[in-house]
Amino acid sequence: MVDLVDDPSAEGFRSVFGVPRVEGTLRARDFKSDQEVRWCPGCGDYAILAAVQGFLPELGVRRENIVFISGIGCSSRFPYYLNTYGMHSIHGRAPAIATGLATTRPDLSVWVATGDGDALSIGGNHLIHSLRRNVNLKILLFNNRIYGLTKGQYSPTSEVGKITKSSPFGSVDEPFDPLSLALGAGATFVARTIDSDRKHLTSVLRAAAAHRGTALVEIYQNCNIFNDGAFDLLKEPGVRGESVIRLEHGQPLRFGTDGRLVVLRDLATGELRVVEGVPDDDPAIVVHDAYQADPTYAFGLSRLGVGDLRYTPIGVLRSVSRPVYDDEVRAQIARATQHRPGDLGTLLRGKDTWTVPA
Amino acid sequence: MTKEVMQLDRVVIRFAGDSGDGMQLTGDRFTAETAVFGNDVSTLPNFPAEIRAPAGTLPGVSSFQVHFANYDILTSGDRPDVLVAMNPAALKANLADLRPGTTIIVDTHDFSPRNLQRAEYTSNPLEDDSLQSYHVHPVDLTQLTVDAVRQAAEGPDSAGEVGRKDAARAKNMFALGLVSWLFHRPTESTLEYLTAKFGDRPALLAANLAAFKAGWNYGETTEDFAVRYEVKPAALRPGAYRNISGNLALAYGLIAAGERSGLPLFLGSYPITPASDVLHELARQKAFNVYTVQAEDEIAGIGAALGAAFGGALAVTTTSGPGLALKSETIGLGVALELPLLVCDVQRGGPSTGLPTKTEQADLLQAMFGRNGEAPVPVVAPRSPADCFDTALEAARIALTYRTPVILLSDGALANGSEPWRIPDVESLPDLRPEFATGPNGDDGGFLPYLRDPETLARPWAVPGTPGLEHRIGGIEKADRTGEVSYDPDNHDRMVRLRQAKVDGIAGSLSPVEVDDPSGQARVLVLGWGSTYGPIGAACRRVRGEGLDIAQAHLRHLNPFPPGLGEVLHHYDRVVVPEMNLGQLALLLRARFLVDVYGYHKVRGMPFQAEELADLLKGVITGG
Repeated sequence: MVDLVDDPSAEGFRSVFGVPRVEGTLRARDFKSDQEVRWCPGCGDYAILAAVQGFLPELGVRRENIVFISGIGCSSRFPYYLNTYGMHSIHGRAPAIATGLATTRPDLSVWVATGDGDALSIGGNHLIHSLRRNVNLKILLFNNRIYGLTKGQYSPTSEVGKITKSSPFGSVDEPFDPLSLALGAGATFVARTIDSDRKHLTSVLRAAAAHRGTALVEIYQNCNIFNDGAFDLLKEPGVRGESVIRLEHGQPLRFGTDGRLVVLRDLATGELRVVEGVPDDDPAIVVHDAYQADPTYAFGLSRLGVGDLRYTPIGVLRSVSRPVYDDEVRAQIARATQHRPGDLGTLLRGKDTWTVPA
Repeated sequence: MTKEVMQLDRVVIRFAGDSGDGMQLTGDRFTAETAVFGNDVSTLPNFPAEIRAPAGTLPGVSSFQVHFANYDILTSGDRPDVLVAMNPAALKANLADLRPGTTIIVDTHDFSPRNLQRAEYTSNPLEDDSLQSYHVHPVDLTQLTVDAVRQAAEGPDSAGEVGRKDAARAKNMFALGLVSWLFHRPTESTLEYLTAKFGDRPALLAANLAAFKAGWNYGETTEDFAVRYEVKPAALRPGAYRNISGNLALAYGLIAAGERSGLPLFLGSYPITPASDVLHELARQKAFNVYTVQAEDEIAGIGAALGAAFGGALAVTTTSGPGLALKSETIGLGVALELPLLVCDVQRGGPSTGLPTKTEQADLLQAMFGRNGEAPVPVVAPRSPADCFDTALEAARIALTYRTPVILLSDGALANGSEPWRIPDVESLPDLRPEFATGPNGDDGGFLPYLRDPETLARPWAVPGTPGLEHRIGGIEKADRTGEVSYDPDNHDRMVRLRQAKVDGIAGSLSPVEVDDPSGQARVLVLGWGSTYGPIGAACRRVRGEGLDIAQAHLRHLNPFPPGLGEVLHHYDRVVVPEMNLGQLALLLRARFLVDVYGYHKVRGMPFQAEELADLLKGVITGG
């Protein structure tokens, strides 16, 4: 299996090449732990948990070779509810911890569960550095645009003007867009999905697992206690068709009732805009290509929903191949140990020695 | 011309120059020559934090002190017998350390009014009477070097010209040649070193060789140097030796621990003075299955290490004081997760950025208590550069046996200082192979990740990939045995006490504290930890040499303390604890043993001198 790692054309779940395969088939219930799930009733995290438990059997690897690592926050309770190996660590540090584990253990499928505060505020540094290194991690970023566990302060993805306990006169902080940030950090795989759309969520997990390297999956997740309805524009049957841009590779970006809206590229500036009433043969209509080496297009997509979520792309924005950090680290060690395995006695003796006779 | 040869027991030489003058290299080469010759040797580099401070100024002075003898020595020496000063600033910065009669070899080339002014001299010390009480050899080293290099370039074996600047840069090799002549050092290792270093640049090689030989010949031929000195080899314990610095010994100790545990060695680290050399060395040694991750920050360094520990590696992070502060929260997580993790703190002057290139012992209380909650962590400290090797193995033993983070406190003096090291036989190193959990341990066939070994109180190390042992751990308080999240008050109280009992119980695996009290008559005990071992030991020799009784003990284990320490402390009338801090060990001893400790504290960024400690101890013994 390990040989497949070096073959860029190999098909399948490339992130788990080298991970032992399971005999027989696992089911979703095999991934349920014996712990009582303690999120608030109605929390979007339940749907994400169900989708992940439903997807993991597809990976086809042994349960004991899957590890979930999380930081702190509501989302970071995730590992407790999965019957895999898991670590609920400290605030913001999950990508760093996962980097050490993934680097030393190519036989593991390593996942990170994190939130907007955990990944983008206190742990922002670790997130961007895992993305630039392209460590073989699948990062699930639950974005509810609020601090839930600490009871409702604005987060680094909260909109300007948001009234919360810690911003009673409205937040003056400009938010991050997690996908723009990831693309700026050199991410090789960037996707967005929504907690309530199980089918889409699963398809994005599938694409992430097929990617070798860091996959950042932003999941819009509803916090029904402190930020209820934050993503209604993308969920409510009446309006979602006018707001959600579903990205499918090779398909023109046309959406809205009767496909009245398109994403158009300004041929002079390269900027992407949503425009109404454009004929099908307009060459400026964007056809989705997640495999573009240059991140400019993906970045343009990531800016479309910024602010009011009014036109929000979901799906895989970018998926490109680049050397994977942990593969490269192991390759250097393999070359060194194969070339001349270390001999401790020789090392300790060194070159300048002398002997004191008995 | 035959020169008089004078026999000496010990000599301290200090090479001092501008930070660009190559004084560290010069000192290193002299040390290598001396070690190969068979003297016991101990070194102390001292350099500014700035890579290139303004040339010719006092803050830019870099020095390297080497102490060698025909017996086993403990320190790099209090005061030099020979000072090599490459410019006015180097002379001025070091003069206060010299006794009358000290030999000074000084490069006169740069004693121009401008350079004198840079060194804050108002008159030329070579021309006024201010150096009268020293034995001064004024030599235009720079000009002699340039002439020698030019001559070599014109000779039949010429490798071509080098510019005047490059020629002048070889003046440190002239100085090395001269001092090597003065002390009868073997020169082969330096010639080999230069050949290897400049092999692909023949002109530079020729220049450096010419300078080195010219320095040697200068001593041989000029009448200025009428006497040569000889220091016979020391009678050390038989065996194979090499010279080693503390950081290298630490890196080798970690590699050895990896080999002896059968685990991959993983280092997560962020560059920081004076610990970075450990990262550099381990990054080179991939052939020993060593993983190094240069992390984005200190927190990620230890985070990655903790992740690797979860996966079954021998995990290490290296840092200095400011980095240890940043790692606190993750060390606390390591305490809660009960995973093996080595945290090596090469201490430097603090607080904050402090004195990055100077030494201090002021992180002891940070190591002991610098975490939220009750978070006990074992703490060990090496006593000499070579002892960093053994202490690394001991730290690994504790971490692997007891499944706990361990803090190793080295310091800047140990890290950069060096001494001969009797190379151990690999087979004699401890067997550190851990036992991993392989199957269920519960009565009902389930897995209890926090079921403890009754003897060590360690929990099972069940690494991902082990079928049937899937479990979740985390920083939230865990239920005893099951490891499930628990907010139960009784359980928390029990877990806090269990973690403490586990660390306290390590003492059961330690040898009782050893006291060196040759006469058995001493009423005063001097107790130290870490790099003060050398000066304290040397001070004890002086005190005993004067017919007084003094007992000495030195702690490697600071948490828990070794068995018998309380009895030892109460056995003596006075307990003296010298520390390069304001009394951190003293505080612990008083609190733990209710003993009145006489502290002696200095935080000057430099090691204690044997002389000052001897005076201190004599005063205490005689009631002065």
